[in-house]
This record gives sequence, structure tokens and C-alpha cells, in this order.
Amino acid sequence: MTDNLTKDVPSPPAGEGAVPAQATDAPATDAPATGAVPAATGAVPAATAEAGGATRGRPAGGGDELVRVTDLTKLFPVRRGTLVRRGAGAVRAVDGVGFAIDRGTTLGLVGESGSGKSTTGRLISRLLEPTSGSVVFDGRDISHLSTRELRPLRRDIQMIFQDPYSSLNPRHTIGAIVAAPLRIQKQVPRGGVRNRVRELLELVGLNPEHYNRYPNEFSGGQRQRIGIARALATRPKLIIADEPVSALDVSIRAQIINLLDGLRTDFGLTYLFIAHDLSMVRHLSDRVAVMYLGQIIELADRTDLFEGALHPYTHALLSAVPIPDPTSHRRRERIRLRDEVPSPLDPPPACRFHPRCWKAQELCRTEAPPLLERTPGHQVACHFPEKRDVV
Amino acid sequence: MTGPAPTGTPFLQVRDLTVSFRTDDGVVHAVDKLSFSVERGRTLGIVGESGSGKSVTSLAIMGLHRRGRRVGIDGEIRLDGEDLVTAAAERVRGLRGRRMAMIFQDPLSSMHPQFTVGEQIVEAYRVHNRVSRATARRRATELLELVGIPEPARRLDDYPHQFSGGMRQRAMIAMAVSCNPELLIADEPTTALDVTVQAQILDLMRELQKEFNSAIIIITHDLGVVAEISDDILVMYAGQAMEHGPVEEVFAHAEHPYTWGLLQSITRLDRQLETTLRTIPGSPPSLINVPPGCPFHPRCTYRELAGPAASTVRPPLTETSPGHRVACHLPVEQRRRLLREEVTPTL
Repeated sequence: MTDNLTKDVPSPPAGEGAVPAQATDAPATDAPATGAVPAATGAVPAATAEAGGATRGRPAGGGDELVRVTDLTKLFPVRRGTLVRRGAGAVRAVDGVGFAIDRGTTLGLVGESGSGKSTTGRLISRLLEPTSGSVVFDGRDISHLSTRELRPLRRDIQMIFQDPYSSLNPRHTIGAIVAAPLRIQKQVPRGGVRNRVRELLELVGLNPEHYNRYPNEFSGGQRQRIGIARALATRPKLIIADEPVSALDVSIRAQIINLLDGLRTDFGLTYLFIAHDLSMVRHLSDRVAVMYLGQIIELADRTDLFEGALHPYTHALLSAVPIPDPTSHRRRERIRLRDEVPSPLDPPPACRFHPRCWKAQELCRTEAPPLLERTPGHQVACHFPEKRDVV
Repeated sequence: MTGPAPTGTPFLQVRDLTVSFRTDDGVVHAVDKLSFSVERGRTLGIVGESGSGKSVTSLAIMGLHRRGRRVGIDGEIRLDGEDLVTAAAERVRGLRGRRMAMIFQDPLSSMHPQFTVGEQIVEAYRVHNRVSRATARRRATELLELVGIPEPARRLDDYPHQFSGGMRQRAMIAMAVSCNPELLIADEPTTALDVTVQAQILDLMRELQKEFNSAIIIITHDLGVVAEISDDILVMYAGQAMEHGPVEEVFAHAEHPYTWGLLQSITRLDRQLETTLRTIPGSPPSLINVPPGCPFHPRCTYRELAGPAASTVRPPLTETSPGHRVACHLPVEQRRRLLREEVTPTL
């Protein structure tokens, strides 16, 4: 891979090499919302085994960004009444979220139900259009592209879904399923579609001879592999994986996690990994963002987050994860939150976590804490951040 | 309430339980010669993957399989000494809800959407107790308060959809414990819940057990949940017991290669990061064609060491230390050496 420095490029078509096109262009300078994007750095991670590791630990915004999200907001209007429809406010599913993902790295997005993590994923893949704010992908603002304008982009951003049962069409053979993105993108790979599909099936650990079988002949883990093969077909740059292993059995989860991890290093892929399982997120991510009621409350490199979390909600999440060691609960500090996550239709004012926070003071009830960088690369939105040993 | 069983006799004793279903594709051997017991005041965690037979076992104990030509149940299920397999359906119905109760994974689909939460608890309570509606309603309020639902008297008139996931699970638990059951079976009670709510529900189950001294069976795929709440653990695979014993003993000195595989393949917060997770190759077998011999042998890393018996003879569940039973052909000494030298360093 070489670094063709180009400015203001739309996503170029994928190359025809044996691996997904990656790192063909450095960050462009048309990211108006940020102003923080450096001019051509020339530092493009190679598509080698070191790609993931080399960029690890780099402070946010200083690297070679593939994705930058700024002040991203999505409102879903809620209507009440069956005869006379009237507006009844809006769910602020995602509310002013900002982060960047460097090429070849994985950002883990964690949070409980209603935190807005899946909506964030769908906004970046542009399955949803943001209400405000921007998504810059590969140097280009894609926030409000039309369906037609988005089509070439779909090559570069692919999704892997949670449920391998509902995300594969039962009437299509797996050959047709994996080839679908190529067909839609009108891409004819060298050697033909059929060969490419066989390659992909082999790549994800399936028997290429099973080309003509239907999804019902495969187990959950195998179906998830089919979904991954489909996502890789167009050689994307970014893969958004939304709870990709939650529906799988324990012994199968590890297989899929290893597969995702291997593909990332082999092809220099960039992942947005959305999950509620913190230990899984720790395993796969370089950086981790914790969301609560539509906002990011803490964002840090993996080690900083899991060993030096500063936000009380992150402490509570970590403390609640059951540890597979029967002797551990005698040693661990238990933080038990009151109640449950409030409705995103009517989130608490100021700090959204304050009604459940044991540290909340008057300030937390009156003023929303901004997401501030406390140490390099470690941002937290709390008036009273502090470290605490909870695992 | 009957008195406690004579000492030495467990409150629930399952012996050689076999459950099979006849389908058009063949006979599904869902549970195969399963034996275990649970005492009052203790919690058994049953772990296994989909198709391991853990849920079928719990439904069999509750008498919830429709007996007939297509369903075969054999063996013994003794509740306080009384065999439920041979008991009449009406008899089991009388025990269900009163002496044994069950909590399901998804409270939204196990509660009736058109009745209020209060009506459903009142109904469940009055099936077994001859009391007026007003008395039952007072009891329902007490129960909702017991399980930690704020403003219980008011929330009684809410419909299930007006409750959050965690509150629905609390209401479900309230209904299950309404008659102070001596056996409580919870099938993946926290799987649908967020992690902070899961912690609350596990705390609640612990508190209720202290209060009622009931025997609890918790069915889960999450080894963390088992470690947190159970006294004993039963590891199931393809309808059979692989390993059974006190939870601290099994987590510290697991002896079955399948248990090792499960422990190795999970990501855990209390360990150093590894680059690659260890995996169990392949996937669980079809219960119509369960592999002969040890059902786990096609996926077992150590099957060569066990010799030809692995694929021909089913290993018996044998006690290797007090209360710790393992079904594996490998000699005990060899298993312990493998654990010490090959498995423990990877955990």
C-alpha cells in the first residue's frame, strides 16, 4: 500500500488487489467542523500485522483518521394520539456525540439499552440521516448525502449485524448472499464473482463448496461467518459490527472474535465495535467510548479505560460485570446503581447520570459536565472524576 | 408448608432423567440419563450451550412437557421424596406454583399483556390460597415491595408493557415467590437485562433465598453469573452431565476438557489481555445424531489420549474428590496433570 496524498477526494473505488483497499488516501482537509485535522501527515499504517498495534495509544485526533464524528445528534419524533396526531417531543437517541477512529484501529462503543450506541452506528453507516452534526468519512462529509450519492460509499462501509438468523435471506443461497454487494455495486472482481465468493467463504472459515446451500443448513456461528464474508465482499475500509457475537454460544463466540481480529490485522480494517459486553470490548478495541442516554460520558484508550476509568457510571458498569471466579466477589467492590436507565424521551437535566449517581452534588443537577480531556487521549464528562479500582 | 426433608435426603433429587422427542427427522435425545440434586438453601447453576438440555431439564422438573406419544420422560424427579415423573398431572399442577416455581428469560412474553401486573399476581396467588381478592391484592402489594418495586400499591394497576425490563423481571419473581416455593427454577433470568440491572436481580435472588431458604436452580450460559450466585455447578453438553460439583472446586480444579474449553474461550475482565482467544473447535452436535461414546469427543483436544473408548463407550459420571464428579475417559491423574501444565497457565 502506498500513500497517495490527495485532497478533497470522494471515496475512490476499491482497488483490485487480493485484499480490501486500505489507506489509499491520507486525511483530506475538508473537514470543516473539526479544524483539528492535520495536514497530510504521510503516516499511513501499512496493511500488516502491525497495523492495529502501531496506532494504538495515539492521542485522539492526532492520527490518520478514517472517521470523524462531530456533535452528532439524532432525534426521533414521537407522536401521541391515534385520531389527532400531535407531536409529543422527540427521543434524543444520540445527542452531541463526537469522536474519531484512526485507520486500522477499533473503537469499541459500549452502553446499556437506550444509550444510543446502535443509532450511532447506523448514523455513521448512513442507514440513518443525522438531525445535526457531521460524519466525515475518509475526508468527506457524508452526513447528508442522498441515497444515490451514498451508493458508492456502501462499498467502503459495511455492517455486521447481531442476529445471523434474521440478517440473511432464507431464500437465497449463501453464494448469492455473499455476492449481493458485488452485484449491487456492479463490481466484477478479477477471476469472476464466483471465484471471489469462494475466496471469501474460505477466508471466513467456511467450505467454499457450500456455495449453493441455503442459510437454514448452517449453525448460528456459521451464519455469522456468512454475514462477515458478505461484509468483506466489496473490500470495505470500515466495518461496523453491532453486537456481532451476542446471539452466539460461548464456544462459538471466541471463534468469531478471533476471526474478526485476524481479518483486521490481515487487511488493515477499521472497526466500530458496538457491544454491551465489556470484556469482549476490552479484548477487541484500541479505544473505547462509553455511552449513556445518547451521550459519550467517557472515551479513552483501552488500558486507560479498563484500568483507570474516571466516570462513576463506567465504574458501575465494570463493577456489575460478573467475573467467572467464585472467590472474586469477596474481594471486589460492589457498586449497585439505583433504578434503571431513565427514558431517553425525557432525560434528566444537567448531568444525565445524576439521579443514579452516588456522588452527585448540586452542581451535577444544575450544570451538564462537558466531555473534557483530563489526561492525553482520556476524555470524561463528569464534574468529579476520580480513579477507582472496581475489577 | 411441610417440614424439611429428613436430613441426608436432598429436597430435589433427579436420577437418570431422560427426555426425548419424536420428530419427523428422528428422535431428539434432549436429556440423557441426567442425575443431580439440590438441597434447601442452596443454588445450583446449570451451564451449557444451546441444545445442551438445560431448559428441557427444568421444564421436565416443572411438569411442563406435554406427555404423549411424541414426548418420552424416564427416570426419577423426586421433590421432597415424591416422584414427579410417575405422579398424575393434576398432582404436579398442584405443586407447581406452590412448592416449586419458575422464572423465565423474557418476562414480556411470559406475562399476559392484557391483564395488569396486579391481576396476574392475585390470580397466581389465589390458585393455591383460598383468600378473598382483597387479601390477595394486599399480598401482591407486599410482594412487589419485597422485590423492590417503588410505589407498589400504584404499580399494581400497571400493565406489563408499562414496566421496564428489570421491573418486569422483578414482578415475575414476585409472582414466582408468592406462595413461598421451596424450589425456584430461573431459566436465564438476566440474559435479556442490562448488566447493571442484572447485578440488581442477582442480588434480589440471593436475598430471597436467604429469606425463604429455598432451593434454587439457575440456568445460564454465563460462567460469570454462575460463579457469582451458585453453590454448585453442573456443566451439560448434548443432554448429558459432563462435570458437577461445588462451584469453587470446579472453577479452581475443573477436570473435564469441555469445562476447560468454556473457561478458556471467554474474555474476562480480571485477566491480562491475550492476543488470541482459545476456542473449542467445531460446534455442538445435533441431538438427533449425538456422537457415540463421549458426546464431546469429536471436539475434544485430548481425545487421542483416551484411546478408542472415547468414541465407543459413554464415560460414567465418576466422583474424583468429595462432591466433584466428572464424565471423562482420561485417567484422573492425567486430567490433573493436563489442568496443571496445559490449562491453568492459559486461564
